[in-house]
Amino acid sequence: MAKLKIEDLKKIKESMKGTVNLRQGEYRVKITVHMGTCGIAAGARTIMTAFLDKLEKSGATDIILTSSGCAGLCNHEPMITLEVKGSAPVKYIKLDPDKADRIFDEHVLGGNPVADYALSIGSETTY
Amino acid sequence: MQDLSLHILDIAENATKAGATLIEIDVSEDISKDLLQISIRDNGRGMDEEMLKGATDPFVTTRTTRRVGLGLPLLEQAAKETGGSLLITSEPGKRTEVVATFQESHIDRRPVGDMGATLTTLIMGNPDLDFIYYSNLDGEEIDVDTRSIRGELNGSININDPAVINLIKDLFKKTRKH
Repeated sequence: MAKLKIEDLKKIKESMKGTVNLRQGEYRVKITVHMGTCGIAAGARTIMTAFLDKLEKSGATDIILTSSGCAGLCNHEPMITLEVKGSAPVKYIKLDPDKADRIFDEHVLGGNPVADYALSIGSETTY
Repeated sequence: MQDLSLHILDIAENATKAGATLIEIDVSEDISKDLLQISIRDNGRGMDEEMLKGATDPFVTTRTTRRVGLGLPLLEQAAKETGGSLLITSEPGKRTEVVATFQESHIDRRPVGDMGATLTTLIMGNPDLDFIYYSNLDGEEIDVDTRSIRGELNGSININDPAVINLIKDLFKKTRKH
């Protein structure tokens, strides 16, 4: 039976020692992948996987990656809402893993919204 | 939906929005009976009889962002296409269980797909909820219980840390995405 090994978890704990875990509370950027039926059918899970990959490679600890439900714009899925603290949230639409890659580099890390894929800038925040 | 793992993700997302704290997912095949069975159980607010009756009607939904709810009807269709069925039971305030059965060998049975991606997506999006996952496919068993992982991590790292998520993903590496 495939099960998580306790030794593997211990190894992670060891490697994390001394680093402050910012994922527990404060964050600089929040990426919300819309994961309604419409989003999932359009490929939202591959977007989540793409961002997870980028997040891990970046080693950043001040970025939250999460999901939420349908935002009511089903024809624009897969969709994310990207919130950078202190700036207006941006909704990105009709995404694929390549677009997610560029958004992560340019907006999440670089601070410059990618206008090419944005639906609109501004609207409600979740903080 | 391209495969069953996406249906499972969708139905489990419903559970997260029903106020559940524990969601159990079971995907098992019984070769001798030519059956594939998926069950998703949650301890959320449940549904009363009237709501239960409308659950597989596309024009019944609890959401307010749009007027149609396709998650359960799509899964029911996928099951029925193989001669299988969808059964939903619930106790208001307590629990809901969705069980979909498929004829394993049926030409129209969609592949199971990437259950590792489904489970890790659920954990990423809902780090405060617990998931118990069990699958028995091709004689390969996989068992994930976020309660025991959480206990082992003991608050030192969050369960949605990429390092932990990748460990969970690795458990699914060997399985055929059949």
